[in-house]
Amino acid sequence: MTPLLRIEGLSKRFGGVTAVDAVSLDIAQGELHALIGPNGAGKTTLIHVLSGALPASSGRAVFDGVDVTHLPMHARVRSGLARSYQITSLFPNFTVLENLALALQPQRGHLFTAWQPVAGDETLFAQAQTQAQETGLAGRVDTLAGELAHGERRLLEIGLALATGARLLLLDEPMAGLGPDESQRLLQLLQSLKGRLTVLLVEHDMDAVFRLADRISTLVYGRIVATGTPEAIRAHPEVRRAYLGESAA
Amino acid sequence: MRDTLTIRFRPVVALGGLVLLLALPLGLIALDQPFYVVLATRILIYALIASSLNLLIGYGGMVSFGHAAFVGAGAYAVAVLVRGGVTSAWLVWTAAMLAGGLLSLLIGAVSLRTRGVYFIMITLAFAQMAYYLVLSLKGLGSDDGLNLPRRPTLGLGLNPRHDLTFYYAVLALFAVSLLGMWRLLNAPLGRALQGIRDNEARMEAIGFPVYRLKLAAFVVAGALAGLGGGLLATLNGLVSPSLLHWTQSGTLMIMVILGGAGQFFGGVAGAVALLLIEEVAAEHTIHWPLGVGVAILAVVLFAPSGLAGLWRRARFSRGGA
Repeated sequence: MTPLLRIEGLSKRFGGVTAVDAVSLDIAQGELHALIGPNGAGKTTLIHVLSGALPASSGRAVFDGVDVTHLPMHARVRSGLARSYQITSLFPNFTVLENLALALQPQRGHLFTAWQPVAGDETLFAQAQTQAQETGLAGRVDTLAGELAHGERRLLEIGLALATGARLLLLDEPMAGLGPDESQRLLQLLQSLKGRLTVLLVEHDMDAVFRLADRISTLVYGRIVATGTPEAIRAHPEVRRAYLGESAA
Repeated sequence: MRDTLTIRFRPVVALGGLVLLLALPLGLIALDQPFYVVLATRILIYALIASSLNLLIGYGGMVSFGHAAFVGAGAYAVAVLVRGGVTSAWLVWTAAMLAGGLLSLLIGAVSLRTRGVYFIMITLAFAQMAYYLVLSLKGLGSDDGLNLPRRPTLGLGLNPRHDLTFYYAVLALFAVSLLGMWRLLNAPLGRALQGIRDNEARMEAIGFPVYRLKLAAFVVAGALAGLGGGLLATLNGLVSPSLLHWTQSGTLMIMVILGGAGQFFGGVAGAVALLLIEEVAAEHTIHWPLGVGVAILAVVLFAPSGLAGLWRRARFSRGGA
């Protein structure tokens, strides 16, 4: 089966520094693929390049058979490749429902020609309501995003990416800074996505990674040193040395 | 459902305002102050221009420091056409809109690649280029500007030289333009614009073509500013390069900030306040800009949503909602 996302020799250089070094990786349809690695390994940079926030220096990314390497970010999102951010990035003056409705808007088209007031669009807000439910924010739809608790903000962060109608989600450390209870809610959300969507997950929480992932890749100094099932990665000598630390070996 | 984004008019306020504006010149004439009809016309035109700038600054987060260029484009388009023998006001005003829209398309296409301070500087630079271009073109009258030999006609048997008739024509265009901006801001494009103002990077990441959306808003604002310029040219019967000078862009920006950036009637409130202060204070002292400076300081410090924001706040605290 052809992979949903094929990454071929993708590199990103900043001057003399190679942050992502000829990464090749196939992500299958429906797979939850985790990307782990020590700080500074280039995980977030890879997300930036795949999502279109940064241009690639070389190599290419093929999403669903289409070379998206040079597409602008919004075009990638429209084709079904969306990301979330490590540092929460919402619309603080919009309510939760308005945030989600906004993310639903581009796929409806007619951005430049529709003259009907958005507020009267009942289908749009019904969809947003469903999205809020799925994201676990049904009770907070009328709250301004800027007034949400940290954990809820992290949920909405992913909710926005989901609302774009993405088929592949690039999640950049969704659990960053969450307490145990909040982590649990987010874990449930991620669990509910499994199978329905394809996910590339960058995450430092190893419990979550090993519970969720179908396959795991380990990035060290911009290179993939190992890809495999959670069991294989757990046992991989190079991963243990480079990432889990010498003492664990 | 809580709705924080839709801009609503209370029908009473909107209709009341319109009735007031309809009756105003009749009152002024009854009080034997016909000169003030011309002042009221000028204020309406500036209210339209400042509102178009508010669309960019207040709703799109695009702090454009070159709005005078579009006003100038519209004004000179009208002057050139009237001198060339075109007599229909509706035709020359449409041309003014096109001129403002076209120039804003060109300037916006380049400027909108930049953000923040760079955007402010590059729009200023383009406007100054337009200023010096007009200044150096003999065909446009250089620093003397151009006079309009006659006022373009409104048709329908209306006398264009009649100040009252002209006031009502301007009022109609003002009302239609504001209604259009209101529709636009509540439509998907307007909502997207407010999203861009609040978080541009995320808008791109949820699939909005941010650059094209900003350019569309920039062109709409430029076209309306061009219309305003065309009306000014018609009102004054002459155009001069000073219309394009950067201090004009600054004055328009002051109107928006004073009136309330991101408040629907911010541009209107600012234009009314600034031009009335100028009218009243200039009679008493040449130092009147000092008073304007103090007023702006007060607004920025104590009422960041401007005069229009104060009015809203008063209304809401009274209504308890």
